[in-house]
Amino acid sequence: MTTNDMPRWATSIVLPLLNLLSALLVAALVIYLLGEDPVESMQILINSAIVNPEGLSYTLFYASTFVFTGLAVSIAMQAGLFNIGAEGQMYIGGLGLTWAMIAFDASLPWFVLIPVGMVGAALFGALWAFIPGYLQAKRGSHIVVTTIMFNFIAAQLMNFIIVKYLIPQGEQNTASRVFSDAAALPPLNAWFPALGDTPLNISFFLAIIALVIYGVFVSRSSWGYKLRATGMNKHAAHYAGVKISAMIIATMLISGALAGLGAVNSIMGSTHYLSLNFTAGAGFVGIAIALMGRQHPVGIFLSAVLFGALIQGGFDLSLEKPNIPVETFIFIQGLIILFCGAMEYLYAPALIKLIKGKKA
Amino acid sequence: MQPAVEFRGISKHFGAVKANTDVSFSIAKGAIHGLVGENGAGKSTLMSILYGYYKADGGEILLDGQPRQIRTSQEAIRLGIGMVHQHFMLVENMTVLDNVMLGTEGGFRLAAHRQETEKKLREICARYRLDVDPLATIHDLSVGAQQRVEILKQIYRSANILILDEPTAVLTAQETESLFEILRLFKEQGKTIILITHKLQEIKDITDTVTVMRAGRVVGAVQTADTSKEELANMMVGRPIENNLPRGAYNPGKPVLEVRDLQLKDSSGVPLLEDIGFTLRAGEIVAIAGVSGNGQSELMEILSGMRLPTGGEADFEGKPLPFKRHDADGLPLEFRHLGIAHVPEDRLRDGVVKNFSVMQNTVLGYQDHLKGAFGLFDFKHIAARCESLLKEFDVRPPNPDLRIGLLSGGNQQKVVIAREVLAKPKLMLVGQPTRGVDIGTIEAIHTQLLALRDAGVAILLVSVELEEVRALADRILVMCGGRITGELKIEEFDTTRIGLLMGGMHKS
Repeated sequence: MTTNDMPRWATSIVLPLLNLLSALLVAALVIYLLGEDPVESMQILINSAIVNPEGLSYTLFYASTFVFTGLAVSIAMQAGLFNIGAEGQMYIGGLGLTWAMIAFDASLPWFVLIPVGMVGAALFGALWAFIPGYLQAKRGSHIVVTTIMFNFIAAQLMNFIIVKYLIPQGEQNTASRVFSDAAALPPLNAWFPALGDTPLNISFFLAIIALVIYGVFVSRSSWGYKLRATGMNKHAAHYAGVKISAMIIATMLISGALAGLGAVNSIMGSTHYLSLNFTAGAGFVGIAIALMGRQHPVGIFLSAVLFGALIQGGFDLSLEKPNIPVETFIFIQGLIILFCGAMEYLYAPALIKLIKGKKA
Repeated sequence: MQPAVEFRGISKHFGAVKANTDVSFSIAKGAIHGLVGENGAGKSTLMSILYGYYKADGGEILLDGQPRQIRTSQEAIRLGIGMVHQHFMLVENMTVLDNVMLGTEGGFRLAAHRQETEKKLREICARYRLDVDPLATIHDLSVGAQQRVEILKQIYRSANILILDEPTAVLTAQETESLFEILRLFKEQGKTIILITHKLQEIKDITDTVTVMRAGRVVGAVQTADTSKEELANMMVGRPIENNLPRGAYNPGKPVLEVRDLQLKDSSGVPLLEDIGFTLRAGEIVAIAGVSGNGQSELMEILSGMRLPTGGEADFEGKPLPFKRHDADGLPLEFRHLGIAHVPEDRLRDGVVKNFSVMQNTVLGYQDHLKGAFGLFDFKHIAARCESLLKEFDVRPPNPDLRIGLLSGGNQQKVVIAREVLAKPKLMLVGQPTRGVDIGTIEAIHTQLLALRDAGVAILLVSVELEEVRALADRILVMCGGRITGELKIEEFDTTRIGLLMGGMHKS
């Protein structure tokens, strides 16, 4: 038996859980070395991220963004494209959104303004992903290299645009002006008062709708079939009549649009203005989510919630435990990527033995 | 006299698969021994054990009467075992001399050793009439010459036991004959040869003794002189094999495909196809014979829309195929819509997606025919279609959800052929339909193709197996160096003449 032939429950549930557990164990060890009690720390983390309703609300708020960046990386991965550039695409998506807000937030009612903002974000994200996609399809420039470069270009470009054009006169904060109230996504605490004063908003439902559409189109449509065929065997896809370069460009457009949509929750759901580095690594978290969730909609959702919980719980943990810095989250995130991505099949041989042993 | 090699009760299993079970036989010193069996019969596993790639689970190997532990291929080489693989292990951009020296450089200073080796190689070449220039670069050599380099390498490493894995698969009839000459010389020098092949004629032509394997076991060990091809074939398959499959009378209909003056040059301007022209009619099988790599693959790629020609044209049912475009992206689908089906030569590269299930692979190429509203698939319909296809073509195991990579080559090929037949094509392009497929399945595939022909489909077949060409073709085109070098009717079938045409010699 090879890893390819393991039963589905083993590869999609047991292995990721074992990997996750290993990452958390190493994290616990580090917390112990920092001089804190790992068990107590984990309790604080879980309590403030999941059990406490306000904490859960924050977890799901972060997860709503991560679902979009996770989907962006996943859909590209299905076509065999490793889009490292979700970070930059989300950042530029934020610019598109902001442009639309500054132009229309005084004139349009909220139910028109919000879709317009989403279109702006998706469009700019897609355009930012188009260039690497085009270069890959027509010139063979490797998507990993170009998307990394485009992250840097996006960061510098945004620096320039925010400082030169977006900071209102007389302000010091490197951010655009605050948008009007019509630009705010309806928060969920209006319906669920238990959520308290938290930014969780309807983009959580938008994220779930996006997951469903993704799931249906990737695994049940002719287009998704061609997408996956391209990802697994380009020669066979060409044989099947797929227009490979068109497929690559289309996939990157969709991927970039999804990454751009990640900006909607962050900006229209919480800050209501565009600020420098507002993405805060959400695009990179998307890579981890796509790897860990195995590009499956349910997996993406669960991974997004997990990373949301880590941010929320990690933040509270650093407040309560002075020895544990905020960066611990980034460290745990790195461990999870290490175990779930690079060492994905660490436990596979042992698990195969176990399964075979039971059968024999 | 002690046998050169003796296997005693060798067993080897991979997981649940028993590749070798209690294999015992011996090979006399100075004999040419044939090892035959279908794919997956365990020949390669056994040879890999002898060559130190695998460790047997049980049993022992005796060389010249001595039990030997062969743990690595280095040990095998030291014990005088040499292996010529089906795919050559040569560095293309190095010279013959450098390839032979690779791994036996012997010391820090290369120059002195080089001269010495070169002298030795020239001696060996003269003694065995190998006809290889030690200073030639590998990629300038023909396939036959590259194979001689592999043999040269083994002799230089003083191999006494030479294993050849399907050595004639890539050779013309003439090249095969000269290979056999070399092997006979080898035998005269007292060396032992193990020849793995599935071509029974070669077994009859050259071997002294032969071992037949089936499903991991030895099912027969005979003197070649005492057996017949039919007997060997029956032993291999375990049941009688029908040699002459029934076919209807040759009654070609309207021209389906007319190719005129087709040209193909690669990006550096080297011609791959030149002046290709022929007509293919409904209800006939035209076979293209030739040594692989002489333009057949490129021709099939062009006719299936996977590649654009650089010149010339082809009419399908009287209308020109749309070759004048920027690139071939999406063109295979257009051709498929016209009624051209394609069983690609390289099944694993083009024909299937290994990590897709059998059912998903039955959709490949027809994904746009099978979609419904919003481009969504009707899985009930696809599953029913797949089930009937697996049944009709006897794909084993008939499990639509199995990853196709787990099926045997023969069953993968059945899925591909079934998929293409199901599309009810007017023209079927079939490349190497039985490569890597076992005898039982070959029979099934040939029967299918003949039934298709009798139903009025025009079939263009590319095959490097003359047996297959003889079994299926109504007419034969021979290709060499990107040109059609001759055409024969099936009644004129003559191995020598085809062999000469395959080698580029026009009929005199």
